[in-house]
Amino acid sequence: MFAIDNLLEGLTPSAVLIVLLKVVIVFVVGLVATMFMVWFERKIISGMQNRIGPNKAGPFGILQTLADGIKLFFKEDLLPDRADRFVFRLAPFLAFVPAFLVWSIIPLGGDFSNGKNGSVTMFGHRTFVQLADPPVGVLLLLAISGIGVYGIMLAGWSSGSKYPLLGSVRASAQMVSYEAALGLSLAAVMLVAGTLSTNGIVTSQSSLGRWHVIATGVVPFIIFMVAATAELNRPPFDLVEAEQELVGGFNTEYSSLRFALFYLAEFMNTVTMSGVIVTMFFGGPQPVKFNLGAVHFSGDLHLGFMNGTVWFVAKLLVFLYIYVWFRATLPRLRYDQLMNLGWKLLIPASLGWFMLLAAQRVATDNDWNKWTVNIITIVVLLVCALLLLAATRVSAKNREREGAMF
Amino acid sequence: MQLFVFVCAAAMILVGAIGVIVRSHPVHAALSLILTLFGVAVLFVAQDAHFLAAVQVIVYAGAIVVLFLFVIMLLGVDKAEALRIDPVKVQRPLAAIVGLGLFGLVAAAIVRSRDSLVVRGRGIDIASGDTGHDSNIRQLANDLFSNHVFAFEVTSVLLVIAVVGTVLLARRPRSGSASDTSAGSK
Repeated sequence: MFAIDNLLEGLTPSAVLIVLLKVVIVFVVGLVATMFMVWFERKIISGMQNRIGPNKAGPFGILQTLADGIKLFFKEDLLPDRADRFVFRLAPFLAFVPAFLVWSIIPLGGDFSNGKNGSVTMFGHRTFVQLADPPVGVLLLLAISGIGVYGIMLAGWSSGSKYPLLGSVRASAQMVSYEAALGLSLAAVMLVAGTLSTNGIVTSQSSLGRWHVIATGVVPFIIFMVAATAELNRPPFDLVEAEQELVGGFNTEYSSLRFALFYLAEFMNTVTMSGVIVTMFFGGPQPVKFNLGAVHFSGDLHLGFMNGTVWFVAKLLVFLYIYVWFRATLPRLRYDQLMNLGWKLLIPASLGWFMLLAAQRVATDNDWNKWTVNIITIVVLLVCALLLLAATRVSAKNREREGAMF
Repeated sequence: MQLFVFVCAAAMILVGAIGVIVRSHPVHAALSLILTLFGVAVLFVAQDAHFLAAVQVIVYAGAIVVLFLFVIMLLGVDKAEALRIDPVKVQRPLAAIVGLGLFGLVAAAIVRSRDSLVVRGRGIDIASGDTGHDSNIRQLANDLFSNHVFAFEVTSVLLVIAVVGTVLLARRPRSGSASDTSAGSK
């Protein structure tokens, strides 16, 4: 039953202590990472826009988030007159808790040398540097991101106000639509890795060529990146809180600590989603190893047990930067463009690519000629794509003839 | 420990189930339903059925109830209903009879199969030597794509039919309405 950690099988005091320690560390690291992300985003984006950004609280303004948090903490907590009291109070927690839960299954470090599979020895126990390694790791991730919809949805509805409601209806439609593409692109990773557990997925990416971004052929990674950005409601998919249209979106009526929780959840989700991308496609805490004739690099930075963690953080920072970059560069999509991209491009593309990978897998298992199988699959996929294109053309033409629906 | 988990999960399920019926507000009823679904997922985990637990949360809590809430919000029926008024007169007595009948059936099934339920794995034989990390999925996949492959494929056809049917029902009839909308929009 205690499959979350094989340490708990014996229930010895030191094992319980390790698990408790891990819980505390993961929670604190999560909070600090979120605080850092808020500052990082503001600082980078101000650099990109030729501003100075936060520079008052602490060196380089690094304590700005803390100052904002204290300010929000002492603000008055408003409860709208027409709000549904219970749901209004519940919603921030429904947004906040899933954001933290994902963090618990991401491998944050570990020793991947000499076939240790990322385990480290702590107080005489072999354990992984992640809070839990459930057998259904990736599915748990999808389940949690599915639950994350509720926070935003109920926040907008329970405010008893028009704009938040519109924001939350948009949010739920968007998140449910993109969840399919998110799951299907992860299915390609599971197919290549042959396991669902996050530790297993990281272990299978033992060298640069076996990183899933290359092993699955880049397309699932791009689909996942786009779908994850939409799932996070970050620009260019931030229709949920489009300031020009919806005041502040789903959290318009929130203030004080409840607003802080939403804010925290949003940035926490960005950090965890970057962590998921690193874990799924870029080898997680696996060091970058390459061997180019004379130049040989084993990825060992001589940092002992921190080696894996340093690599993980380095990779994480790249994706955090990319998310900020997206926000500074890309204009917001129109709502119909958002839905078209999700349903008519991302979902068919991820399904088709999954079929291609599966066909290759079957071909290698049965010793068929790989190229014949590839060509046949690609021809089939092209025919499907043309059919889909023809269908959307016809429906667009029909819509034009029948006149506008709205 | 097993008992503790079971009692907690069962309490969650029962509180949720009663909430679905008693709460007069549709959104609160839907939230109670989520509580029930989570309780069932916890019970699945306690039985080592991790895959079923995850799918339960993804499909039911993550998609179906979201859709319920979405429809409730979009149609604006999110107002508390008066429970005193019974729109269909036979509905409540009928519900009571069907509920009692269902309870009787389940109780009878439990009483009949009590012996095989006491020893785990005898009634529903799932235990095997394969207890690795992905044993759940392996067993399910082997069963689904060998013994039940026909039922599996037929189900997919059924789903396609459902999708086509929905699209067909949602489409407005071409004749007549076209002139209406063009007049309305221009």
